[in-house]
Amino acid sequence: MRDPTRHKPADRYPGYDVLSKRNGPSWNDKTRRVVDQRLSIDDEPRFFAADEFALVQAVAALIAPQPAHRPMIPVAGLVDAKLHRGESDGFRAPNMPRERDAWTRGLAAIEAEARRAHGRGFCELTKSEQIDLLEKMQNGELHDAAWGEMPPQAFWKHRLSHDIVMAYYAHPTAWSEIGWGGPASPRGYVRLDFNDRDSWEAAEAGSSDGDNVRRINRGIR
Amino acid sequence: MAFDDPLDRPRAAGGRAPDVFRRGGWVPMREYRDSEPVDFVIVGTGAGAGTLACRLAEQGFSVVALDAGAYFRPLEDFASDESEQTKLYWTDDRIVDGDNPLQMGSNNSGKAVGGSTVHFAMVSLRFRPEWFKSRTLLGYGADWPIDWREMWHYYAEVEDALKISGPVTYPWGTKRPRYPYRAHPLNAAARVLAKGCEAMGISWTETPLATLSAPRGLAHPCVYRGFCVTGCSTNAKQSVLVTWLPRALASGAEVRDLAMVGRIDTGSDGLATGVHYHRAGQWRFQRARNVVVAGYAIETPRLLLNSANDQFPDGIANSSGLVGKNLMVQSNQAVWGTMEDEVRSYKGPPSLAITEHWNYDDDKDFFGGYAYMSQGPLPQLWANTQLGAHGLWGEQLMTAMKDYNHVAGLKIVGETMPQERNCVTLADEVDQYGLRIPRITFSLCDNDKKLIDHSLSFMGQALSAAGARNIWAQEDDTCHLNGTARMGDDPRRSVVDADCRSWDIPNLWICDGSVFPTVGGVNPSLTIQAIACRTADRIHQMARRGELERLPAARPRRVLTPSA
Ligand SMILES: Cc1cc2nc3c(=O)[nH]c(=O)nc-3n(C[C@H](O)[C@H](O)[C@H](O)COP(=O)(O)OP(=O)(O)OC[C@H]3O[C@@H](n4cnc5c(N)ncnc54)[C@H](O)[C@@H]3O)c2cc1C
Ligand code: SF4
Repeated sequence: MRDPTRHKPADRYPGYDVLSKRNGPSWNDKTRRVVDQRLSIDDEPRFFAADEFALVQAVAALIAPQPAHRPMIPVAGLVDAKLHRGESDGFRAPNMPRERDAWTRGLAAIEAEARRAHGRGFCELTKSEQIDLLEKMQNGELHDAAWGEMPPQAFWKHRLSHDIVMAYYAHPTAWSEIGWGGPASPRGYVRLDFNDRDSWEAAEAGSSDGDNVRRINRGIR
Repeated sequence: MAFDDPLDRPRAAGGRAPDVFRRGGWVPMREYRDSEPVDFVIVGTGAGAGTLACRLAEQGFSVVALDAGAYFRPLEDFASDESEQTKLYWTDDRIVDGDNPLQMGSNNSGKAVGGSTVHFAMVSLRFRPEWFKSRTLLGYGADWPIDWREMWHYYAEVEDALKISGPVTYPWGTKRPRYPYRAHPLNAAARVLAKGCEAMGISWTETPLATLSAPRGLAHPCVYRGFCVTGCSTNAKQSVLVTWLPRALASGAEVRDLAMVGRIDTGSDGLATGVHYHRAGQWRFQRARNVVVAGYAIETPRLLLNSANDQFPDGIANSSGLVGKNLMVQSNQAVWGTMEDEVRSYKGPPSLAITEHWNYDDDKDFFGGYAYMSQGPLPQLWANTQLGAHGLWGEQLMTAMKDYNHVAGLKIVGETMPQERNCVTLADEVDQYGLRIPRITFSLCDNDKKLIDHSLSFMGQALSAAGARNIWAQEDDTCHLNGTARMGDDPRRSVVDADCRSWDIPNLWICDGSVFPTVGGVNPSLTIQAIACRTADRIHQMARRGELERLPAARPRRVLTPSA
């Protein structure tokens, strides 16, 4: 049975799919290439080892939980792809390793913490045990030697939660979910005022568009 | 790699540079040999460097400008996509520490021909006149060695060169000429700011912006697509890439993309002789009669420090010991809330409305001032703000994100005080070129914190008065980088003089955000460009009088062929 509190937000922009505009005047060639390439990334690791990847998937499901009624955003795959490409944020604290090393070490430390506290790997913990461990990381209450110099809070803040959330909101499914207009070049927008919507923007459930919302959203190009 | 990937191979070569106004297009470019001493080799092509390169080339000097970044054609290279456009940012390794470590990368600095202006938010403001003498007139910071009336002249020049769109009359401070192009319409996010100001009884106005509100040459007006801080794919944004640099090329300047400068050499006479730079897989040396450093307030001091030699063991141009010191950011705190109405702040340039009230009202218990502006974060930036600053994750984050289209925010650009402990030094680790990476140390002082508290409390009231609910404060953001090679009129207490000329090495110049003695409460790039225009005029005058070491007296002025 579907959780009603979850059901409502999932339908904020019923019928809206930002990808329906892909071939219209809001997308230029470069955008099509870039987003197509991202959509071709699946939940398969190229940087992470298989067990690390399973751990990233488990953590991503907690930090950016997804509704069951639609295809999943491959968050772990997107994080993996970024590390595989070797992209960097361009700054780090003195005791933080560079991106790839931070991830490898942080995942090993999460696994070590799970085994130390529960005698099981992170993926085998219950959801509340998993959340408890993440909260401890956030609060700097983890001390296993596997962390090395790297502060657990910094790993949480600058790598783990940051990279996962950025990956989630890089995906068109997430864009549709929040009713964002998405790519917008060259067409841009005309109507800028309160409650003013161009015909190529998502209509919101409960707005003055009333019962037409789903039909409007399905027709967006 | 895609065909003709600008990040893969230099584009400006073989006598041509990319035409930024045409897909796949080229414009002719004059080229100089490494062994041929040019009048000016310039490190960078951003707000300071690109402007100066243009103005010096137009005066007839031979100019080569080197940039570590790529030479993009926005029409074909820029996607409407936050992740892809991180290619515009300086993301080489940097260490950050201090009490309030800075976020660099996307938040702070660019690596592209055109510099950080390729992804800047286009807010184009003048300093308050008193700020040029803040020590004498307002009791804090340091005086600039330049008079505000002179700056007023150069501000007008830059505003015209960029066809700034702005209000008919500006509500604060000394009279200024009418903006060249009309103001842009307000979006709902800007109307929230206006409502709040009106409720609080203070003035607001349309933000002066460097994006076109009417056609200009081959560039179209802004289409309100809202991707400004990830690069403008329509060329409405009047970045250095599409304004000063086409003019520079037309006047005979050479631009070298994907060219990282690692070191400046000095000769036995103590003068600079040229720069070592890495391009297309090898280190090269460009000889020059003058060297200009304009890599922004982190890379400029890093290069000067990395150029230490036997004669200048503490780094070049550093007899004052101030290279890298007095790093100033601007505080960039915000209040956010949700409106009953749909706001959809993703439409249009992010900051269409502004109030500078607290820059001009001195009835405060702290030094300095701040402006605040309306906001329009795109989804990744917004999610990262909800996560990092609001601490939301899991279901809470997902639920909060569903209100994206109802969010309104007000964000300051606030003055921070110059402090010597805030600095750029060299770490022991090296980057991909084998150059020591910068360590950036930053801590807010009590005055900075008081300013922030004042702004958060005021903006919270304003946002609430505008009808927002669930208001929360983002307490830890900063923007802009200035001050690590300050100008002054005392060689012991500044790195360059009013003409951006090193006190120690008379043929070395620094012309970017680093030279600011104070930052004021407005975004810096209009001031950086105004200073570059002034520096070009001063160089012209000094050269004509034979006062420049290695330059023969003035060259003939060329006929100008401006791009629009
Ligand atoms: C997201 C964002 C929004 C902004 N919004 C605004 C705004 O609305 N209004 C405003 O006034 N300002 C804004 N700014 C700030 C503004 O962009 C900068 O203050 C300004 O561009 C700085 O000018 P600069 O000449 O000092 O350096 P830059 O414009 O950054 O140029 C420096 C250039 O030098 C190059 N370089 C550095 N070191 C080397 C080296 N060793 N060798 C070769 N090349 C090198 C870099 O690649 C870069 O291209 C914004 C900045 C950001 C990041
Ligand atoms: S809103 Fe205007 S300036 Fe900004 S990216 Fe779009 S067209 Fe360019």
